[in-house]
Amino acid sequence: MVEAPDGIEGQGFFATSLDTVIGMARANSLWPLPFATSCCGIEFMATMGSNYDLARFGAERMSFSPRQADLLMVMGTIAKKMGPILRQVYEQMAEPKWVIAVGACASSGGIFDTYSVLQGIDKIIPVDVYVPGCPPRPEQIIDGVMRIQDLARSESLRRRSSEEYKQLLASYNIE
Amino acid sequence: MALSNEFLLEKLQNQFGEAILGSQQVRDYLNVEVDASKMADIAKFLRSDAELNFMYLTDLCGVHMPEQTGKELGVVYHFHNLEENYRFRLKAWLPIQDPSIETVSNIWDGANWMERETFDFFGIIFKNHPNLKRILNVDHMEMFPLRKEFPLEDTTREDKDDRFFGR
Repeated sequence: MVEAPDGIEGQGFFATSLDTVIGMARANSLWPLPFATSCCGIEFMATMGSNYDLARFGAERMSFSPRQADLLMVMGTIAKKMGPILRQVYEQMAEPKWVIAVGACASSGGIFDTYSVLQGIDKIIPVDVYVPGCPPRPEQIIDGVMRIQDLARSESLRRRSSEEYKQLLASYNIE
Repeated sequence: MALSNEFLLEKLQNQFGEAILGSQQVRDYLNVEVDASKMADIAKFLRSDAELNFMYLTDLCGVHMPEQTGKELGVVYHFHNLEENYRFRLKAWLPIQDPSIETVSNIWDGANWMERETFDFFGIIFKNHPNLKRILNVDHMEMFPLRKEFPLEDTTREDKDDRFFGR
């Protein structure tokens, strides 16, 4: 059960800001898009399984279409040839959208310091949360998703149309 | 006549003479070095001769030996006669200034992608190949990554400090 946000309560009414209500709703109904390319993806399967069960945090429904997804979970080594595909998936997602880089490879290239591997997905798309580990345990992935929930809960409704956000996207050459 | 190392080598030497540059036996396995410019004829002979009949090209790959002046790049073929279960290895060396050799993809279809891979990683040109372009690496890559003059590590990596790796 989710706690109600701070507000003014009286008999028959409850008043709070729109930001916090929408933030609460978004944080507790994230639709993740799993972009799983290697062993971190296997840990993610355990995360979705009944022992750890990410659905407890409102992320019950995996969105295998980027159009309906809120949270892009990149789990595994991204080869340079995969880079443009990942970028296209990110571009197809509707705002607001968040990105979590799960594991050493997605965060920095990990042990694969080689000509064919992208040295961290933040070279091509902006990342909100990094989960370290090789691979991280399901608890760590859940912690990463909870940090995303914190971001979603506290995000201003105006953030996505702000100048800073446009500059961030422009720095990645994303329209 | 069952295929054997001696039989095959003699047959090749009789047929091609000078184009067979050398041979050695590693354990039971025959290695033959040939003149790269005669590769088209040799390949055709290996496939079509009734006694040899190498119907299967197990593998085709490249190798880079920078210290061998004049024959830095090599193409290694592994042939297999499935009926007699006989295999051997064939090598052709190329100078790095002009690394081109005739394709064998018109003889063994499986050579098509293997030659593309060898081109991708070593820059060896297979003449008359139907579609010689990169197959595994990104199209805009400007190097041949398995040649030894190119660094193996990604040059964009920022967090690796040489001091922590003892170099």
